[in-house]
Amino acid sequence: MSEATKGNLLDISNLTVRFHGERTVHAINGLDLTLKPGEILTILGESGSGKSVTLKALLKLLPKKRSEISGAMHVDGVDVLALKGQALSAYRGKTVSMIFQEPALALDPVYTIGDQIAEAVMRHEKVSRKEALAVALDMLKRVRIPSAESRLKNYPHEMSGGMRQRAMIALALACKPDLLLADEPTTALDATVQIQVLLLLRELQREFGMGIIFVTHDIGVAVEISDRIAVMYAGNVVEEGTVAEIIKDPRHPYTQGLLAANLHDADRSQTLASIPGSPPPLDEKPDHCSFAPRCAHARDRCYAALPPVHRPGPGRRVACILEDASDPAEKPGAMAEIH
Amino acid sequence: MLAYMIRRLLYVIPVAFGVSVICFMLVHIAPGDPLTAVMPIDATAEQQAAMRAEYGFDRPLPVQFGIWLGNALQGDLGSSIATGRPVAAEVRRAVGNTLILAFTASLIGFPLGIFFGFVAGTFKDTLIDRAVTALAITGVSVPNYWLGIVLVAVFSVTLGWLPSTGAGPGGSTAWAWDIEHLRFILLPAITLAVVPMGIVTRTVRALVGDILSQDFVSALEAKGLSGTGVLRHVIRNVTPTTLSVVGLQLGYLLGGSILIETVFNWPGTGFLLSNAIFQRDLPLLQGTILVLALFFVFANLLVDLAQPLVDPRIKRG
Repeated sequence: MSEATKGNLLDISNLTVRFHGERTVHAINGLDLTLKPGEILTILGESGSGKSVTLKALLKLLPKKRSEISGAMHVDGVDVLALKGQALSAYRGKTVSMIFQEPALALDPVYTIGDQIAEAVMRHEKVSRKEALAVALDMLKRVRIPSAESRLKNYPHEMSGGMRQRAMIALALACKPDLLLADEPTTALDATVQIQVLLLLRELQREFGMGIIFVTHDIGVAVEISDRIAVMYAGNVVEEGTVAEIIKDPRHPYTQGLLAANLHDADRSQTLASIPGSPPPLDEKPDHCSFAPRCAHARDRCYAALPPVHRPGPGRRVACILEDASDPAEKPGAMAEIH
Repeated sequence: MLAYMIRRLLYVIPVAFGVSVICFMLVHIAPGDPLTAVMPIDATAEQQAAMRAEYGFDRPLPVQFGIWLGNALQGDLGSSIATGRPVAAEVRRAVGNTLILAFTASLIGFPLGIFFGFVAGTFKDTLIDRAVTALAITGVSVPNYWLGIVLVAVFSVTLGWLPSTGAGPGGSTAWAWDIEHLRFILLPAITLAVVPMGIVTRTVRALVGDILSQDFVSALEAKGLSGTGVLRHVIRNVTPTTLSVVGLQLGYLLGGSILIETVFNWPGTGFLLSNAIFQRDLPLLQGTILVLALFFVFANLLVDLAQPLVDPRIKRG
């Protein structure tokens, strides 16, 4: 591990994911991402920007035959891409666990909630079924599920959507993972339940101290939950910063577009702003700025090469040529950063 | 749960009644006079009328049905026109033989079908899957009486390994679970098992493939389960539907063996039925069909009663 990666819980460098099939899809293109222990990072982006793929890659859940992964991913210093067999299943659920978007689909319909949590505990902690069920009960209480004892014996279809997602969170946290991946965990929920689940996640983060990568397309949700936000577009991060930096001082035209498209402060009479066009198909590896075709500031240079990555401060980055002028530290030489 | 079971049991009454009406009527709708087969051609009109009266064929159909049903409820299915023996006794002996054949075919067909289905579903869209699926489709498509004849031609006539027809050495019809008798049951049981095996294979393959593509399988892997751990969940998920299909096929095994029993001269209900048809033996025909249909109803009842035990999503209470 290099000097820069020390002290990081998660280190992703130059991650590239390609899917082969009827056509090749360049889902992730040279992604760099880091996370400190106990930090909550939100990956913000549209469908197809590669958010979920990044999470699945971290658990090696991508279809083996169709996907080609390169780059490096380290969690707790463990080389994720090198994990196999026993080591991989010991890592999954214990070091890193995941909350899925749709709890109704992510829970096995014919096993009770208690069994499903206990199963994970028994897998990793080498305890008896009875002890594992006790852990499951404790977890259900911690995610504030009322009358947890009887809920333990419930099947997923006997619970409401919000309850199911709480149970899913209890399952994901049952083995005290260092890193929790949350794949749009509130998207399938009612707005009122959404905020409850977000607040719960924040509280649990303080309680358990794990790092969280939270994936969403909803800026409101991202602001609510995260310490930092990474905005993803066409398989790479276009801008990253603290919540305040992203909201108050968005630098990348795509981030600015996302913020403008948000409902807050919108006037009844005015049409909501939207970003023209749609995300690129990713059939080919991007060799220039992927956002250029939809960008109001696009110029010839944008189509000539990948945009330079500017790092105006610690943990802050913007991948756009517009930064060239405003960034005294990074003269045109910044182009050297792109390999 | 109890309420569900009681309700399901009560459903049997109207279904069984409907079955009995259809059994009775079907035979009467079929062309041909039952008496012509047993009466001498030169019988006088008086003799015919007397015979008709003896079997009650001269009364209106609803009355005939009422009498027949009343007797059937007491276990009396009338007497065979051809042999004069009580139908109930004939059917009981034949049903025993059919059950033995169906049971043996189940032992061959269902485990193999489920196994092949799991293999094909797990390795979906690979060479193994294609081979298994091709085999399953062939099994379902090949006419089983033809397959029976081919098996006899190969294993009995050419190779001489197994007997071609009958249920026991020396034409005996009393069954025993010994090697000698098993040699007789092997060919008909395999022939009978092929179709249910193909259907179960294809069903289980589709189910396993479907379950494996669901989100919760990814979620299971995400919590650290692998191989057998995931398989446990897949098995429990495919059980309810597999059980339904197996139940339906069980009904097929009991009732659908007419051609096979005829080809192999197996003294079961199918054999009895085909004889009854050719001889226009009305009481025997009605009795046999009724018993077979009731077995089918019973098999479905068993499956439905077992269903809530394996599938928590079925409304309990």
